[in-house]
This record gives sequence, C-alpha cells and structure tokens, in this order.
Amino acid sequence: MKIPLSRVAHARSGDKGDTSNIGIIAFDPRHYPILVREATAERVKHFFGEMVKGNVERFELPNLGALNFLLHVALGGGGTLSLRIDAQGKTLGAALLRMEIEIASGELS
Amino acid sequence: MIRIANGQGFWGDWLEAPARLVEQGPIDYLALDYLAEITMSILQKQKETDPNLGYARDFPPLIAQIQRRLIERDVKVIANAGGVNPIACAREVRRLAPSLKVAVVTGDDVFGRLDEFLAAGHEMKNMDTGEPLSAIRDRILSANAYIGAFPLAEALGAGADVVIAGRCTDTALSLAPMIHRFGWKPDDFDKLAAGTIAGHIVECGAQCTGGNCQVHWESIPDMANIGYPIIEADHDGRFSITKHEGTGGRVTVDIVKEQLLYELGDPKNYITPDCVADFTSIQLKDAGPDRVQVSGIRGAARPAMLKLSIAYSYGWKAIGTLVYSAPQALEKSKAADRIVRQRLQQLGLKFEEIYTEFFGVNACHGPVAVPNPDPPEVQLRIGVRGQDRKAVDRFTRELIPLVLSGPPTGTGFGEGRPPVREVVAYWPALIPRELIQTSVEVVD
Repeated sequence: MKIPLSRVAHARSGDKGDTSNIGIIAFDPRHYPILVREATAERVKHFFGEMVKGNVERFELPNLGALNFLLHVALGGGGTLSLRIDAQGKTLGAALLRMEIEIASGELS
Repeated sequence: MIRIANGQGFWGDWLEAPARLVEQGPIDYLALDYLAEITMSILQKQKETDPNLGYARDFPPLIAQIQRRLIERDVKVIANAGGVNPIACAREVRRLAPSLKVAVVTGDDVFGRLDEFLAAGHEMKNMDTGEPLSAIRDRILSANAYIGAFPLAEALGAGADVVIAGRCTDTALSLAPMIHRFGWKPDDFDKLAAGTIAGHIVECGAQCTGGNCQVHWESIPDMANIGYPIIEADHDGRFSITKHEGTGGRVTVDIVKEQLLYELGDPKNYITPDCVADFTSIQLKDAGPDRVQVSGIRGAARPAMLKLSIAYSYGWKAIGTLVYSAPQALEKSKAADRIVRQRLQQLGLKFEEIYTEFFGVNACHGPVAVPNPDPPEVQLRIGVRGQDRKAVDRFTRELIPLVLSGPPTGTGFGEGRPPVREVVAYWPALIPRELIQTSVEVVD
C-alpha cells in the first residue's frame, strides 16, 4: 500500500551554502524503521529530480527516530548567489513529505 | 541551575523578544545572535564608510531600553552584535547605558591578516570547491574566524554585565555562561557538547518554541506572543528547554527534534571551536507543559582547525516580476518569459544564469509541485546573475514593457524596475587555531 511520507513523519529543512538539509522525523518512534527502509538516499535524489544536481547523503539518528538528508548542489548556488525564491530550501522538507512510500497493510497499527 | 534565554535568532528577528524575556520571568543570561554569514560583509562596508560603524545598530538602543531591568534582575547579556567593530559597539552601549560594565572579545577579525596567512603557506581553500583563496584575493570584503565560547566565558569572569563579540559561533553565546558558572574545562568534552547542543536548539529563537513548526501548527497557541526559548542548565550537562509561563507557542519533544535537525550536517560530527558534539547521543523527554528534558549527550575533543567566514564580491543580480491572470495564466507567463529571453539574446547580453519561476505553480517545489491546471493568477519571476553590471541593469528594463507589448492581462508592475544588487558570496575555509588569538577587554 502506498502512502505519502507525511502520514508517518514531519520535517524541517534549511541550508549550508548550496546544500539543502532536510530532517524527517517519525511521529511515532516505532515507525522509524519504515523511514530507514523507504526513505533511501537514492529515492530522495530521484524524487527531487532535476532540482538536485549533486548527490544525496543520508544520516541516521535512531535516538530521535529521524533521518537527516544532505542534498548537494540543490539551491541554485545557495545563499546570496541563488536566484530562487526559496534560496535556503526552507520549503523542501514539506516537499519531501509528499514522496510516496510503500508499507505493508497493518504496519502502521 | 542557571537560565539562559535566546532573544534573537538573527539580525532582524522580533524586536520585542529580548525585552519580553527579561520582563516576563526569571532568567540569568540573555543571549542575542545577530550575525549571519552575509551580515559581516555588509558591516564591513559600513565600517569603511564610517569607522564608528560596522556593528548591529539595533543592539545599543535595546540595551539602553532594558538596562534598568538587567540591573534589578541581575541578568547578563552575551551578544555577537559587535560585527566587525565590537569596540565601537561597546562604546555606544557605554554611552547609552553608563552604569553597565561592558567587555569586548576581539581577535576573530582576520581581514588584515590574510596576506600574512597566505605568505606562511595557508591556502585557505574553499571547503566546497577546493579552490585556493588567491583566486579571489582582490575581491575579499571581510574575513573572520569563528571563535568559541571560552573567550566569552572569560569576559563574564571579568565581571561584565554585557559581553560583546564579533564572529563567534551562535552556540558559543549559550555555552559561555555554562563554562563560566560551572567551571567546565576544555577537556570536559561531554559537558561542552551538551552546552553546544543546548545552544543549537535555541540559536534560532522561537524555532524551538513553536515557530516554523510542522506538527499541529494550526493549534499552536498565541503565536503573536510567542515565548522565546530558555535553557535551564545543570552543572553536569543535563538541561531542559522551556519558555516563560503565559507566553504563546509550544515546547515539546517533536518541536525540539525539528530544531535539532535544522541546518545539521553529519550528526555524529557537529564541529565547533569548543568540541565535536554527537547528535546521535541525545535523549529527549517531555517533562511537563512546555518543557523538554535533554540528557545523555557525548562529545569529543575540539578540532585543530577553526573555520573562516570570508565574504567576497562576486557579481551582480536582479530579479523582476509580472503577474498574469486567468484564463491561461501560466501559458501567458511562459510566453512573456520567452519574449524576455529572446530580447536579452537579441541584445547580445551574457549572464551566468537566467532563472525563471512561476509563483502559484512551481516556485517553491519545482518539479515536485502538485499540478494546478488553471490557477487564478500566476506571478512570473525572472532573475539574472552575472559579472557585467550593465547587462544586469539592462535586464531590469525588459519586464515592464511587456504590459503593453506582450501577452494579455499583464499587471503587478507597480514597484517599477527591480533593483540591481551586488552579489556578495561566502567562502568557507579553515585555518590552524593557534593563529587566532582572542583577547578580552573591559571598555570604560
């Protein structure tokens, strides 16, 4: 069964130069393994498509039930160079929550 | 236990927040963060125009406004309001609040030492691109080393009521009172990491008390009177995050988690001048209304290198907008974009980048945005960036004519031609820490 990531996680995003950082956090820590399994670096890179010119790194924070993604070369030059309205990637966390993930029936109960 | 509040997440944050933190409940220290990477270059330009400027000008009047309360309630202030001219900032604070003892921390400003560093073989390569600093040497506008919390703690130890620093780390502002009051040493890695993480949680002000929060954001109470964060720190490195009673906003584990992940890189290696903190060791617990307990934090020794924040003149940019209404708002906006691009090409103008966004369609989320087949209006937003100021200036004259000579229903040109702005870029680099000597001075 497909659900959007927003069913199981919330997010906050920011920047470091031309790198966007997106943290996603499981509402229920028991669902953290779903994030680890479904929200892989490859899928996040594929989801954003042409927006992310560099690679995507993923870091795990099991103590917070959270994953941290670094999206490299993703902000049109970043900081002051970027011509984008969202030069700091503040809205990219909300965008990622639309990504569809696959769960087994009953996995959320 | 000591209470450390953060009343300013950046220069331009809510003006009421610092005074409210002093008025609305008990705190011992008020930390105020004024500096972003771009801010230093702006301040450097102000200092070149007037040697008495180059600091956060909102800060001295704020101290003047709250000085009586600071004395009555014995609250000390730690701020990086000094920018590139902390001495001038301190003098102005002394002039407006003569009964307060003011100390400045200097040594972070290395603008005048870059050639000395280069001559000694320090390339100061760009940490992102690997280019040596010599490539942009003649375009540098400001250069500062990020300094840590120990010199700020030393200033508190000298009896300062107000500590003014230049480019210290944001987290140092909150860590310094803990070092000062608890006597933490440079090898108390876990405690320094705990204080650093406390600083990270509060450094963006209300972003840890319900601001910019995705969890039940509609139900967060009284955001017009949002409470700014307070750290209640213990000598053993455990701390709580809370806010004054009766203020708006919310403090929960979910909200603190969001802020912990904000602007985070490798969570096991959060590097500051004071220590390397491990975010995978953090344990959080809801501990009553608007209170989160934090414990378990581990850290490692401080790095041998300090980070430099160097700003340099990169080029020019301008961004202009026009609005088109339904029907076919997006199609009209796209046609206008094509016309502008063709005209720029016909003029033979060269840019590093021309970038177009369609507000109401895809500006924030790009290709990921959910399609909206017939939006009532679309704002066309075109930006250009390049080295040639004249080309950028010519671009600013190409949008408004389309109201008469382009697709129908063009409007929203009331602001006139968009301004041409200088692009000041940021050059992150490293320097051995022994080259940076800080000093603390009490200003009379």
